[in-house]
Amino acid sequence: MRHIISALVQNEPGVLAHVAGMFAARGFNIDSLVVGETENPDLSRMTIVVRGDDRVLEQVRKQLAKVVAVIRVRDFSGVAHVERDLMLVTIAVTAERRGQLMDLINIFRGRVVDVSPKSVMVQLTGPEDKVEAFIECCRPYGIKELARTGVIAMPRGVKE
Amino acid sequence: MAKAKQKKLKSAQKGKACTGAVIFRETLEAEGVDTIFGYPGGVVLPIFDELYESLDKFVLTRHEQGAAHAADGYARSTGKVGVVLATSGPGACNLITGLATAHMDSIPIVAFTGQVKTTLIGNDAFQEADVTGITRPVTKYNILVKDVKDLARIIHEAFHVARTGRPGPVLVDIPFDVSMAELAGTPDKQIRLPGYKPQLFGNPRQIQTAAKAINAAERPVIYAGGGVILANASDLLRQLAKQANVPVTTTLLALGAFDQENPLSLNMLGMHGAAYANFAVQDCDLLVAIGARFEDRVTGNLATFAPKAKIVHIDVDPSSIAKNVKVDIPVVGDAANILKELLKLVEHRPRTAWIEQIGKWKKQYPLTYDRKAGVIKPQYVIEQICEATKGEAIVATGVGQHQMWTAQFFRWSFPRQIISSGGLGTMGFGLPAANGAQRGNPDKVVVSIDGDGSFCMTMQELATAVNYSLPVKSMILNNGYLGMVRQWQELFFGKRYSATPIKSPDFAALARGFGATGMVVTEKSEVREAIEQSLATNGPVVIDFHVDPEENVWPMVPAGKSLHEMKMGPLA
Ligand SMILES: Cc1ncc(C[n+]2csc(CCOP(=O)(O)OP(=O)(O)O)c2C)c(N)n1
Ligand SMILES: [Mg+2]
Repeated sequence: MRHIISALVQNEPGVLAHVAGMFAARGFNIDSLVVGETENPDLSRMTIVVRGDDRVLEQVRKQLAKVVAVIRVRDFSGVAHVERDLMLVTIAVTAERRGQLMDLINIFRGRVVDVSPKSVMVQLTGPEDKVEAFIECCRPYGIKELARTGVIAMPRGVKE
Repeated sequence: MAKAKQKKLKSAQKGKACTGAVIFRETLEAEGVDTIFGYPGGVVLPIFDELYESLDKFVLTRHEQGAAHAADGYARSTGKVGVVLATSGPGACNLITGLATAHMDSIPIVAFTGQVKTTLIGNDAFQEADVTGITRPVTKYNILVKDVKDLARIIHEAFHVARTGRPGPVLVDIPFDVSMAELAGTPDKQIRLPGYKPQLFGNPRQIQTAAKAINAAERPVIYAGGGVILANASDLLRQLAKQANVPVTTTLLALGAFDQENPLSLNMLGMHGAAYANFAVQDCDLLVAIGARFEDRVTGNLATFAPKAKIVHIDVDPSSIAKNVKVDIPVVGDAANILKELLKLVEHRPRTAWIEQIGKWKKQYPLTYDRKAGVIKPQYVIEQICEATKGEAIVATGVGQHQMWTAQFFRWSFPRQIISSGGLGTMGFGLPAANGAQRGNPDKVVVSIDGDGSFCMTMQELATAVNYSLPVKSMILNNGYLGMVRQWQELFFGKRYSATPIKSPDFAALARGFGATGMVVTEKSEVREAIEQSLATNGPVVIDFHVDPEENVWPMVPAGKSLHEMKMGPLA
């Protein structure tokens, strides 16, 4: 099962390497790992998308919490939350088919951020499955380049 | 807290420049460090210069691996934090085996390494290595000090992390310019570490559930691991076993946590454990694991491990619980704290049938060997060492058959008695670890029972023993083989002894060359006398016992098999 894990960590060099190394050494499968500062410049938040059964996820949470620089670990499974992934994708498209592609982009509430005679660059945000559905729809046109941030997430309501 | 902050460093009061090196020395003094094992080099020159007046606290080993193992042996035998100091690059790299050994067995060590100047870091400077990067997977915590104002605090944090919770090695990397830099103002000593809060007290409800399970069990077994020794909970373990009337088996690392003369003792379990310990585990209805981690050498095939048992798991490291086996009653916390609480709740039960059954297994499957053999059996040497030292010696080992025979045939009676690399299985651990144990226990007899292969890996540490008058007795069970590997080749690879026969140097002559005493024993009749003679000799001694070359360790659970599928060997 897919889990989104959020870890509040000390904003220090080496923490990312430590966490990434621990995941590799223990054979945990990660889909994405995002790090960024929080409202407190001493703290960063890592958001990690991991796959595994309950046993594996229990170990993921415990091993993360064991890292000295990790302050708090939270698993969003079963918790009402918002998750977002941001994608930039450059799609090959000729002038004749651009209108058709624009419809698609609008359905997904994407935004065109760059245009050239043979392509458009689209910015799209949303949960992973929405982003992935858009990618599938664009494939017939031809995807020239694609970059994603990976998922970040926050619980709904004011908590913590 | 405010007090610590306000108190100036002694040197600052004296008006001497307060450099990183001075902070280093004074912070170690504040931590009560009485021994540092290490080896000098370029970027640690300022620190060594600062230690010049207190060299009585310093032990110069002949290899950094030797220093790390010595600090480990010191820590295992005394319960204090072992301290190591090495230079950057090659010096730091030579520590890795020692750090990994300590990490696997949760031994508290603080290792200090010099690092190139902060301005050179990342430039592939002379003797630069990414030491925090390299040691990340083999330490509990590590950190590079970038500013002299953080040094005192980081050193205190290092000791705190090393000795609390599940202990382990911590490495502090100190660049040359940080140890040279002068600190303006008072150093910050207040530990921060917001992400580090070991859980020390067990949840009362879980403890109650565990106590109920113990009281209700008909065939319970306690499975004690190294955590019991680390938590100084051996006395409490003995009380618990007695009060609740529950037999106790231990891992290699917990030998001595329970007195083997106690009728409730089941001796060691696992791959080369006592058959009766393994049978008891396979048949028990409740397994109470304390400070143990269900490692594969202990459990055999996990799918069929303790198949009838409910499992209680007491451990200070939450990630140890339910890592390898499904646990019914987890209790997170310090073993001593939890055992104290359990003692208020557990009651004596007769369990006559169970105790009788165990007695039968003990009679039927004792640990044994061919006592009538004319040649020197390695087990015989170990029994003689045990008798000659009245079972009171601290015993270090290398890794291999001799280690397992030592575990099986020495009579363990007190905690911190065995000094052996369990988790990593590091050959070459014996002699340097014995040096460290001897340094920490000057009044005790320290013996290293070693293999001919293992001894060769770190024999340069004989020079350390001679230089510092550490009277360690190295008893080499010389079988002419990398015996444990040969045993596997004999049993599982058609006796094709690929790269396991070894021709050793003349160990006695070598010992004399180092300035130690050397002896050779080739006759069974000379064994005891040689041991007595070595114990009566001042200073380090090496005895080269020419033992039966192809003796095997029995019983044995073949890798991947269940504990009850153990092979008993020819005598059973
Ligand atoms: C550093 C290291 N290298 C290799 C091994 C693999 N190994 C385990 S036991 C053993 C043989 C040990 O030989 P010896 O020290 O003579 O002990 P014996 O088994 O003969 O008693 C080897 C090579 C190891 N444990 N450690
Ligand atoms: Mg050998």
